[in-house]
Amino acid sequence: MHPPDHSCPSCAGHDHPTIPEPRFRSGLISGRPVIELSGVSFAYDSREVLSDVNLTVSAGDFLAVIGPNGGGKTTLVKIILGLLAPGSGTVRVLGADPLAVRPAVGYVPQHALIQPSFPVTVRDVVLLGLRRGGGFFSTGRWPGYSAAEKQKALDTLDMVDMADLAGRRFDALSGGQKQRVLVARALISDPALLLFDEPTSNIDPQGKVCLFDLLSALSASITIVMVSHDLISASTRITSVAVVNTRLIQNRGRELTPTMLELIYGTHDASCPLDEYIKGMSSIFTAGGPRSHI
Amino acid sequence: MMDVLGMEFMRNALLAGLLASLACGVIGSLVVVNRQVFMAGGVAHTAYGGVGLAFYLGLPVLPCAVGFTVVAALIMAMASFGRAERSDSVVGILWAAGMAMGIILMDLTPGYNVDLMSYLFGSILAVPKSDILFMLVLDAFILSVVLFWYKDFLSLSFDMEFARSTGVPVRLLYALMQVLTAVTVIMVIQVAGLILVIALLTIPPMLAELFTKSLLKMMALATLASLVFCLAGLALSYHFDITSGASIIAMATAGYVVAWGLRRLWRRA
Repeated sequence: MHPPDHSCPSCAGHDHPTIPEPRFRSGLISGRPVIELSGVSFAYDSREVLSDVNLTVSAGDFLAVIGPNGGGKTTLVKIILGLLAPGSGTVRVLGADPLAVRPAVGYVPQHALIQPSFPVTVRDVVLLGLRRGGGFFSTGRWPGYSAAEKQKALDTLDMVDMADLAGRRFDALSGGQKQRVLVARALISDPALLLFDEPTSNIDPQGKVCLFDLLSALSASITIVMVSHDLISASTRITSVAVVNTRLIQNRGRELTPTMLELIYGTHDASCPLDEYIKGMSSIFTAGGPRSHI
Repeated sequence: MMDVLGMEFMRNALLAGLLASLACGVIGSLVVVNRQVFMAGGVAHTAYGGVGLAFYLGLPVLPCAVGFTVVAALIMAMASFGRAERSDSVVGILWAAGMAMGIILMDLTPGYNVDLMSYLFGSILAVPKSDILFMLVLDAFILSVVLFWYKDFLSLSFDMEFARSTGVPVRLLYALMQVLTAVTVIMVIQVAGLILVIALLTIPPMLAELFTKSLLKMMALATLASLVFCLAGLALSYHFDITSGASIIAMATAGYVVAWGLRRLWRRA
C-alpha cells in the first residue's frame, strides 16, 4: 500500500513507503473494541479534567479527538496509555488493563516534549521504541542492540521513508522528518494501536500533508487515535471524530453533531458535516473573521 | 616530568584527576542532556552542609558528605520530579540552606581550624591515598549503575514521557540520577572545590556533545576531555604556583572556546 503522490520536502526524491499488511491482531483483540472507556473521570487535585467519559474505538478506526486547550485531550491519551489512573470508571485497551498491553500500543507524544539538542542518531531514536521488561532490573542486553534489532530499526525507518537518514543526528532533521522518525519509534514494536498527541505541532504545512499521508496509509493496518487541533490536515483521512471538553461526545461517522459543537463553542441548532466544518474553519483562517457562524 | 611523578602528592593528584574525570564525563553528560546543571549546582552547595557536619561530629569528611548530599539530592528529586516549574525554587532553598548549615556547624566546631578555602576551591594536591581508594569505589559504583541502566537513562533523557509509556521506571531512575550526581559532586569537590565543580561537570560534556552522535560516545569523549583539562590545569598550577582547581577550570573553559570555534569553522568549510 502506498500513500498518494504529493509534493513534500521530507519525501522528495524518495519512493513512497511500503506499509505492511494489516495486523489488527484479531487474536489479541478477540472481537472486543480496541479501546473501551466506561464512566471515566479524572481530576488534577481538585480540578476535574474528565467527567464520566465513555469511548469506544473499534479495530481499523482512525479517530480524531478534538477540543479546546485544557479540555482533557492529553489526559485522555495518558489514561489510555496507563500513565494516569482514572479516579473512577474502567479502561480496557485491547481487552485488557492498559499496563498489561503496553507492547501492543505505540505512542507518539507531543513534539515539544523532546529534548531539542541531543547526541543521538535517527536509528538509535527508533531503537528506543523497543519494549523493555517490566521490572526495575529488566534492562535487556547492555550496552547496545542486537543485529536483528538494528535491522528492524532500519526496516521500520524504511516504512516511513527515512532509512537514508538513519545515521544522521536527530537534531539535524526538519520538523516533518523528526515526526516521521518518532512515528517509526512507535512502530518498531509492531503495535496494534497508535496514539498521537498533537502530531502536527512544529511542522510546516507541506510536512503536515506528508505526515497525514503516512498516517492514512498506516490506518489501513493499525487502529489510530489522534489528539489534534489540526483537523484541517486530518479531515480527509479520519473515519470518526470525538469532542472532549471535560465531557466527551463521540460520533461514529465524520459529522460534528450540534451537541458536539455545543461542547466546544456553546449553543448550536444544526449539525455540521466534518468537511463543512473544515471548510468553514478554513474560510475563517483565510478571512480572519469570527468563528461564530459555524 | 619524572621529578613531578616522584612526588607522592603529585601521583595522588593525577590519580584523583583521572577518577574525577571519569565520574564527570559520565554523570556530567547526563546532567547536561537533562538540563540539570542548576540542580547539580544545588547539590554541590548543599554538600557543604555535609562537610560541616563531618567536622562537627568528628567523622571522616568524604563518606559523611556523600551520605548527607545523597539525602539532599533525593529530597530535590522528590520535590522536582514532574514539577519542573517549581524545581528551581526547591533547589535554591536547599542550595542556601546547605551552605548555611555548613558554615554554622564549622563555627560551632571546637578548635576548628580547617582551611575553608580547600573545600570551596579544591585541593587536588592534598588528596590523601585513603580518599583515592574511596573515589575508586565510587567510580566503580557510578560506572556499573550507568552502564547497567544505560538504555533506560538514554530513553528518559531523550523523552521522559515516551520512556514511561515503554515501561521505563522513570521516577526511580530520575532519583538514581540525582544520587549519582551527588556522589560525583563530592568526588569532584576534592579536585575543583564546590564552587567550581559545576564547570567540570558541564564543560567537558558540552564540548563532547559538539562532536558525538551518541550519549555513550559523549560520555567517553567528555571523560577524555576532562582528564586532559585536569592534567593541563595541574601543569599550569605547578609552573605558575597558582590554585590548582581554578587552573583546571581555566583550561577547561579555554578548551571549550577553542573547540566551539573549530566546530563553527568546520561547519562553514
